[in-house]
Amino acid sequence: MRVTVRIPGPLRPFCDGRSQLVVEAATTVAAAIGQLPAGARERILDEQGNVRRHVNVFVGATDIRETGGLATPLADGASVFVIPAVSGGRLQPA
Amino acid sequence: MAVTRASDFRPGDQIVLVGTMKGAFVFRGRGAGYRLVGGPRFPGQPVYALAYDDRGGRERLFAGTEHPHFGSVLRTSDDLGRTWSEASEPNLKFPADTDLALKQIWQIAPGRADEPDVLYCGVNPSSLFESRDGGSSFLLVRSLHDHPHRPKWTPGGGGMCLHTILPHPSDKRTMLVAMSTGGVYRTTDGGMSWQASNTGIRAEFLPDKHPEFGQCVHKVVHHPARPQRYFLQNHWGLYKSDDGGASWKDIANGVPSDFGFAMASHPHDPDTVYIVPLQSDEFRCTPEARLRVYRTRDAGASWKPLTKGLPQKDAWETVLRDAFTTDAADPAGIYFGTRSGKLFASGNDGGSWDCLAEGLPPVTCVRAAVVRGGARPAARTRPSAPRSRASRPRARGSR
Repeated sequence: MRVTVRIPGPLRPFCDGRSQLVVEAATTVAAAIGQLPAGARERILDEQGNVRRHVNVFVGATDIRETGGLATPLADGASVFVIPAVSGGRLQPA
Repeated sequence: MAVTRASDFRPGDQIVLVGTMKGAFVFRGRGAGYRLVGGPRFPGQPVYALAYDDRGGRERLFAGTEHPHFGSVLRTSDDLGRTWSEASEPNLKFPADTDLALKQIWQIAPGRADEPDVLYCGVNPSSLFESRDGGSSFLLVRSLHDHPHRPKWTPGGGGMCLHTILPHPSDKRTMLVAMSTGGVYRTTDGGMSWQASNTGIRAEFLPDKHPEFGQCVHKVVHHPARPQRYFLQNHWGLYKSDDGGASWKDIANGVPSDFGFAMASHPHDPDTVYIVPLQSDEFRCTPEARLRVYRTRDAGASWKPLTKGLPQKDAWETVLRDAFTTDAADPAGIYFGTRSGKLFASGNDGGSWDCLAEGLPPVTCVRAAVVRGGARPAARTRPSAPRSRASRPRARGSR
């Protein structure tokens, strides 16, 4: 069973610069995030293991807050998206 | 997008570190003026705490940064702010059994001079962390965390923060900390136990105006030459203790308001203290729209306004608790920043002030020091806002 975790830009330095990581044997979102490098994992979750307030995690297009949080089950081939809440955009070149 | 400028420092230069709600900035003082030489570092991230530490043969800067999404970490720089560490993992963490998570780092306090690897951090939620390896790793100070008063400490307007850490300069058993709310706590047994130490401090917002604890203390300062004396800016109230914090006396003699946040001790004169009174807790701006620093030179017996060079019209300013500081130069550099993004400096003990910069993000903290070693220039890239009055003559040397 393989799951793809999409990594937002600010966390890529903690994942060797990669924009996505494939993890094995992850049947829940918690298990998938738990396999990320510590620098990324501990910025998604606080020290009590909760998803930080301004971080959103989606399985496909669905926010895990609607599907059981970190216990949300994952199917083989699922994509987990880690996305900073209400953020984005970039400066336009001068 | 971070803007980098040359940050070459020479021995004897002054370094002014400015934390804001959107990153940190570095100013260099040399000869006749100050210059913005770095920033924004950590763009977009609130920086509530900064520190300069020259103990143990090193020259290290510390910054407590709060990423709006990914949490707070303590960063270090060993080249005077040219480059900063990126902690591979968050380095201040509450143990699992506390059920708490770090929000912000509010205070970074180097330990005693003869303990160069000891560093303290005060955080939100109100807790004290201690490092014994120069800031690489931290442990929660359990004796304070487990205090039976903790369940009754409540958040102030800025959150539930431990914002003041004052180790006794020579007695390793003694330390004072302060938090909002909660008040002052002291240990005299090396941190084995902590006692509330608020006798005489009012709590206007509670039915009992003089409780054992629960006061909203905003800042406490002391001078190493007078370690038994403390000055305290309260949420309504200005106080002094001459008995190591055991009791406090009102010293609001001649100030327009005894409400405020900022307070700093003069580095060379233990009788001199600076404050910036604000009108009230409901209107946290300078009274009468005049930006006035108040200074006592007689340990609180009297206070005089300092206004030369500061706006005295339409100045609804706020200076936060850690946004006022001094350096150890002779004459000393006195600095403060405002929530409107202005940075002021005085080189004659506050007799006159220069505006070093305006247009900064809201200033949360300012720290300054005289550079001992120095750092080589970094590669220059194109500078941009905020506007800096880089070459403006400063008051230093004109006393």
